[in-house]
Amino acid sequence: MNRGLLRGRGLQIYTWLVIAWLVVPIAVMILFGFNDTKGRFNTTFQGFTLKWYGRLFEIDALTQALVNSLLIALLTMVIAGALGSLIGLALGRYRFRGAALLTLVMFAAISCAEIVMGASLHSLFITLGMPEGFPTILIAHVMFSISFVAVTVRARVMTLDTSLEEAARDLGASTWATFRLVTLPMIFPGVLAGSMLAFALSIDDFVITNFTAGGTTTFPLWIWGVTRVGIPPQVNIMGTLIFAGGLLIAAANIISARRRRA
Amino acid sequence: MRTLRARLTPYALIFPGGLWLAIFFVVPTLVMLSLSLQSGNVVDGFAFTFNWHSYVDGVTTYHDQIVRSLLYGLTATVVQIVIGFPVAYWIAFKGGARKSVYLFLVLLPFLVSFVLRTISWQFLLSDNGILFGPLKDIGLLPQDFRVLATPYAVIGGLSYNFLPFMILPMYVALERIDPRLLEAAQDLYASRAQTFLRVVLPLSLPGVFAGVLMTFVPATSDYVNSSVLGGTNTTMIGNVIQNQFLVNQDYPVASALSFTLMALLLIGIFVYARALGTEDVLEVAAR
Repeated sequence: MNRGLLRGRGLQIYTWLVIAWLVVPIAVMILFGFNDTKGRFNTTFQGFTLKWYGRLFEIDALTQALVNSLLIALLTMVIAGALGSLIGLALGRYRFRGAALLTLVMFAAISCAEIVMGASLHSLFITLGMPEGFPTILIAHVMFSISFVAVTVRARVMTLDTSLEEAARDLGASTWATFRLVTLPMIFPGVLAGSMLAFALSIDDFVITNFTAGGTTTFPLWIWGVTRVGIPPQVNIMGTLIFAGGLLIAAANIISARRRRA
Repeated sequence: MRTLRARLTPYALIFPGGLWLAIFFVVPTLVMLSLSLQSGNVVDGFAFTFNWHSYVDGVTTYHDQIVRSLLYGLTATVVQIVIGFPVAYWIAFKGGARKSVYLFLVLLPFLVSFVLRTISWQFLLSDNGILFGPLKDIGLLPQDFRVLATPYAVIGGLSYNFLPFMILPMYVALERIDPRLLEAAQDLYASRAQTFLRVVLPLSLPGVFAGVLMTFVPATSDYVNSSVLGGTNTTMIGNVIQNQFLVNQDYPVASALSFTLMALLLIGIFVYARALGTEDVLEVAAR
């Protein structure tokens, strides 16, 4: 019994250590947003300050990069959310020829190395002579997000009871009314989760964006560009704010899930 | 008695998304294949010559980087299984009511940009930085001790960055195990070790499989970690592809290398699936 208890504790401490390891770089990022740094390099802690929060949008190129990232992520969320949900609905609900092929393509897109996807898109754009920039980044982000949304929505659709839709039709609802009033509300948690995943994938993407951006910069690309000359504290703060936004959304999720259960 | 309309519904639903995937995922792969079989340069233009010399050139020139990438990717994957399995196990079996909280903590890094996380490690591991500086000052570490620009830093970065992708599927598989199976094993006089080896481990394998799939591919093809944390002796195939495509614009060799990387990863996955005896690879992975 005593040994078992010890073993349980040991694993628990180990788990917390791994979690600590995972969190360390995040803590460093947040901390150095408050650093009263003097020089170009934000590498030693020189005292606590809030001044960088006041000067958050001082670097125009960085602000523009963040705006680009948010805009692309938002558009990706909407477009990939819609297209992926339709695929998820079709795969979860209907049996049709070609479903296996589509699943295979989606699986390939999910498991394909990012650099290979980025390189092939870059090959396509240079072959077509298409200038790279905001639209090509958006095309790429929607492409790699669709499959993730579809898989998420399909999982949700497969757990649903079709008798509710049959009941709606028996009661005289049209196909469209059934979809809007019965199917959509039922699959909505899946659609929301898939779309949010698309947003998260898009805002964080570096590799594929690097291959399709042309002269346009996104938040990760801008950071990458200044790695060798030093990261300004504004980057830490923007990272912190994105992190806080993610935390808020997750907290809202947990609370609403609790309420549903209650 | 299904009407034509009902039969066409699924096709209407998949059409826009399927078209997007076809044009921007399937077609580009074919375009890249064609590029890799062309010769020429960016000034005079490229012509389709259907010869394999770009593959031969690429593989002979960058042989070291290819081998190194596979080695780093494999090592990082093994490190992640070793580090992640006990965590997934503890959360699944001992996490109790707080399971989702622990899982959320494991996933926290995903709320911070991948590039930013890696740079954070560069900062932490820098030669006279906040970790090693003080240790060197008090003489616990020799002055010339360094982690940055060594394979350890790159493999460590890869293991760090993709660890949640490994823990999550392993957790899902472990969490699904019916506790009654463990009780049954114990009732049949299995020791703790036997219960673990013959019940828990086999049932967790699909999760490990999915985890490996989700971490080996990105780790092997990564170039962010080796650029930020590594040095000139740790360049991986991703760095070469990136450089050839975006800097040197030697598209045929770059495409050939991308294709080689893709082929190697595919072969790796299939050999691995065979060895594991998983029949429904796609099923497991798609989940």
